[in-house]
Amino acid sequence: MLVQFFQRTHDSLLLLGKSKEAEIKRINKELANIRSKFKGDKALDGYSKKKYVCKLLFIFLLGHDIDFGHMEAVNLLSSNRYTEKQIGYLFISVLVNSNSELIRLINNAIKNDLASRNPTFMGLALHCIASVGSREMAEAFAGEIPKVLVAGDTMDSVKQSAALCLLRLYRTSPDLVPMGDWTSRVVHLLNDQHLGVVTAATSLITTLAQKNPEEFKTSVSLAVSRLSRIVTSASTDLQDYTYYFVPAPWLSVKLLRLLQCYPPPEDPAVRGRLTECLETILNKAQEPPKSKKVQHSNAKNAVLFEAISLIIHHDSEPNLLVRACNQLGQFLQHRETNLRYLALESMCTLASSEFSHEAVKTHIETVINALKTERDVSVRQRAVDLLYAMCDRSNAPQIVAEMLSYLETADYSIREEIVLKVAILAEKYAVDYTWYVDTILNLIRIAGDYVSEEVWYRVIQIVINRDDVQGYAAKTVFEALQAPACHENLVKVGGYILGEFGNLIAGDPRSSPLIQFNLLHSKFHLCSVPTRALLLSTYIKFVNLFPEVKPTIQDVLRSDSQLRNADVELQQRAVEYLRLSTVASTDILATVLEEMPPFPERESSILAKLKKKKGPSTVTDLEDTKRERSVDVNGGPEPAPASTSAMSTPSPSADLLGLGAAPPAPAGPPPSSGGGGLLVDVFSDSASVVAPLAPGSEDNFARFVCKNNGVLFENQLLQIGLKSEFRQNLGRMFIFYGNKTSTQFLNFTPTLICSDDLQPNLNLQTKPVDPTVEGGAQVQQVVNIECVSDFTEAPVLNIQFRYGGTFQNVSVQLPITLNKFFQPTEMASQDFFQRWKQLSNPQQEVQNIFKAKHPMDTEVTKAKIIGFGSALLEEVDPNPANFVGAGIIHTKTTQIGCLLRLEPNLQAQMYRLTLRTSKEAVSQRLCELLSAQF
Amino acid sequence: MVNKQGQTRLSKYYEHVDINKRTLLETEVIKRCLSRSNEQCSFTEYKDFRLIYRQYAALFIVVGVDDTETEMAIYEFIHNFVEVLDEYFSRVSELDKMFNLDKVHIILDEMVLNGCIVETNRERILAPLLILYSECVDSDL
Repeated sequence: MLVQFFQRTHDSLLLLGKSKEAEIKRINKELANIRSKFKGDKALDGYSKKKYVCKLLFIFLLGHDIDFGHMEAVNLLSSNRYTEKQIGYLFISVLVNSNSELIRLINNAIKNDLASRNPTFMGLALHCIASVGSREMAEAFAGEIPKVLVAGDTMDSVKQSAALCLLRLYRTSPDLVPMGDWTSRVVHLLNDQHLGVVTAATSLITTLAQKNPEEFKTSVSLAVSRLSRIVTSASTDLQDYTYYFVPAPWLSVKLLRLLQCYPPPEDPAVRGRLTECLETILNKAQEPPKSKKVQHSNAKNAVLFEAISLIIHHDSEPNLLVRACNQLGQFLQHRETNLRYLALESMCTLASSEFSHEAVKTHIETVINALKTERDVSVRQRAVDLLYAMCDRSNAPQIVAEMLSYLETADYSIREEIVLKVAILAEKYAVDYTWYVDTILNLIRIAGDYVSEEVWYRVIQIVINRDDVQGYAAKTVFEALQAPACHENLVKVGGYILGEFGNLIAGDPRSSPLIQFNLLHSKFHLCSVPTRALLLSTYIKFVNLFPEVKPTIQDVLRSDSQLRNADVELQQRAVEYLRLSTVASTDILATVLEEMPPFPERESSILAKLKKKKGPSTVTDLEDTKRERSVDVNGGPEPAPASTSAMSTPSPSADLLGLGAAPPAPAGPPPSSGGGGLLVDVFSDSASVVAPLAPGSEDNFARFVCKNNGVLFENQLLQIGLKSEFRQNLGRMFIFYGNKTSTQFLNFTPTLICSDDLQPNLNLQTKPVDPTVEGGAQVQQVVNIECVSDFTEAPVLNIQFRYGGTFQNVSVQLPITLNKFFQPTEMASQDFFQRWKQLSNPQQEVQNIFKAKHPMDTEVTKAKIIGFGSALLEEVDPNPANFVGAGIIHTKTTQIGCLLRLEPNLQAQMYRLTLRTSKEAVSQRLCELLSAQF
Repeated sequence: MVNKQGQTRLSKYYEHVDINKRTLLETEVIKRCLSRSNEQCSFTEYKDFRLIYRQYAALFIVVGVDDTETEMAIYEFIHNFVEVLDEYFSRVSELDKMFNLDKVHIILDEMVLNGCIVETNRERILAPLLILYSECVDSDL
């Protein structure tokens, strides 16, 4: 019967390869036929009804939409024949969506089947609830199913279905599943004689325990004893659940998963038994296999890997961690690719445990070898990840060297990530910055195309900030540039560094100013517009550094290819620089073209980039391009305090970032003003130089994260106090400027500076204050604050004034931080863990483990969490030593729910802070801010 | 379950996916698996999922899981599933699955419910099919 139909459909399927049309034609014919049968006057018997419903189902599974037959399927449910009922349920499970109006009829049929006491019918009904799982179904059956599940006389197979059915309802409508006395009885299903029931129950309990850890705490000891019985059983004991001599592998895996919902058991007896189990599992891996079949070892290893995850999760038994590491080490050389892949992956997590980090490091040679010999790119990728994870100061040179040499042959798909990793490791573990410079230059040489802007910006920032490496950097780039073909990124780095520090190597006749210039200029014509623009800035810097090459450079600038360049940016630079070099005196030149001041220290942008790479790509890409565009228009995202002047000197804003495709019209001051106008620009700019941040202001800033009032800054002349209040996305800050001297301050001008990144996200409005501040007096300034969207940087408050004839200039960070827009949210334990679970996407969570900087006092910690703005939730975390908080960040555009959890470890004097919010940047920022508080 | 030509033979979703998105998803998933050689490992990543796959002659069985599952356990579970099918159909071929789609569904439902492994014992998995068989015999009489 059915077979015939399938046979025919199959024939038509053979057509499918040839023509889609033929298939559609054939199916439409069949559909019309079925439709007429259903509509026909003759009532169909159960058998035909089943036949046609089954055909519809098949057509649906071929990928065609079905818009009728639902009623007939529902009719089949009330049949007493298993085959008919089964097809009816199958059709409904696959095709009925949750808001169908048929749901009441279906529910009725299910109710009858549940009451039928026929285990197969009950099973079908429960399967159907589990696959549809709609709200109406939950309303109708959520009360009923727990009873079926724990009733003493329920058949085993029905219990299994009931357990997973309940799991489904709990996932879709947790509010409708009442917790009650059945919960404790569910936990005892772990003791059930029937392993199938235990398998199903473990899945249910795991989910319930994740959300209500306290209520299901007893499951730990039960799971341990169940696991222990399985692990120690002879392979014949569990008859049917032994799979190729491995006792109940899938159940063992599930039990080990369940245990990962909890910290290590507190009861020493339970803990001892669990440790014994884990040891037995590790021992078994060393025993000779009971079967040569691959199924045997696969099943055994599945349990082993899960056991290792549990060991890593507990992170408390150094002995087990080291054994796990050794076991994985053996797998690293196994002939099965799958095992090598998984071993590399789990070792990555082992590397972050303090107990096993050293043990992981002993496998470095094997991992490096894997990098060279593995044939599968995904395995090599894991090897790179592991090298990155095991890297520390002791092995950084070796790992970086290996990654660099791998990069020469690496797959294109993972090159950029490796470049970022190398750049981060080189910076993080650089003792000797010459090594760092060498590494990055090598990086550019080997994989220049994959070196993103962040990477080469960073090397320049570091060279500028560290004067011990500047001479070396200049010498090295000079040598690197000698290569006949060098990557454009090298030209950029080289141009920038020689422009700043070329004088440091000019004493050597082999790298005299003219040679330096000729070398750079030999690359000029091969480069893209942004690089050429950068080189032009280098040339004008040369004019200042080496007066002897000034005529040569002026000749170059004067040539038609520069002065009449079709590109506006290049032309403008050539015109302005040429003019500047002729008009300005040596002093002015020296001021305008002075060496770059150090960059403010902050988190490496490369790290941020790597983190971003791991996220979902589509969204970020879009944001990226948007951001880049705004950067171009505004000249650059660098915060103002870093730059000495705007447009024309090689400041980071003008050269490092903003030159790209800057549209000519809105780019700063009107470009048509020519040379004379430029000088005015230069002067007016240099008069408003913003001071670098005042020393110690970082500390003061951190103090304001959890409080709103206090003294922000104080020196011998000036005191700045703050009082602020915030409600939802708005805030108001009172700034008090106190003159501590007995003399007037003149031209007193405080300015609020928001970087280009910050500006669109944070609105600050204020009125200017009186320019004269009498001796001993205090003036007040009110700032109205509006948070438009989440932000990371803080605004800078710059104050300039004259005191007794000297010009004073102070900059401090203004403590307006994202957490100020928190509104606390109270919630019960259940709600908290449910939401916690909902935010389980890896991008939503940010975690930081750090050493305590202050004494670990519970009350102080509580006060800080409340001061941070979130609600402090008591009795939510199963471990009373932990702190959890919840709140909502209000911004004008959106509200972001935030959950946080702080786990102190008194012994180690460490904290682990976990932030989960719906937005990665928010989690990141809040975690950063709060981590600095403890 | 997909054949080497990329035609889906059996698909089962434990989370709601729009029917018109399914085809696209399946095509991308199978492309990902087909492009890998025997020397490569059986795990790969696709969007937020990990794909675990095994090849039996011309037939691929691909399972997509989130990070709450153990790769090795799923990998071997696929084999268990195939062994059960083997036992029932004596030797599974692609055509068996074509002609007995409903029975394959029953078997899968007995083994996996709501995305969780529920039964791994062969005899118990096949129990409902025996009922089916006996009913068919009845009706043929």
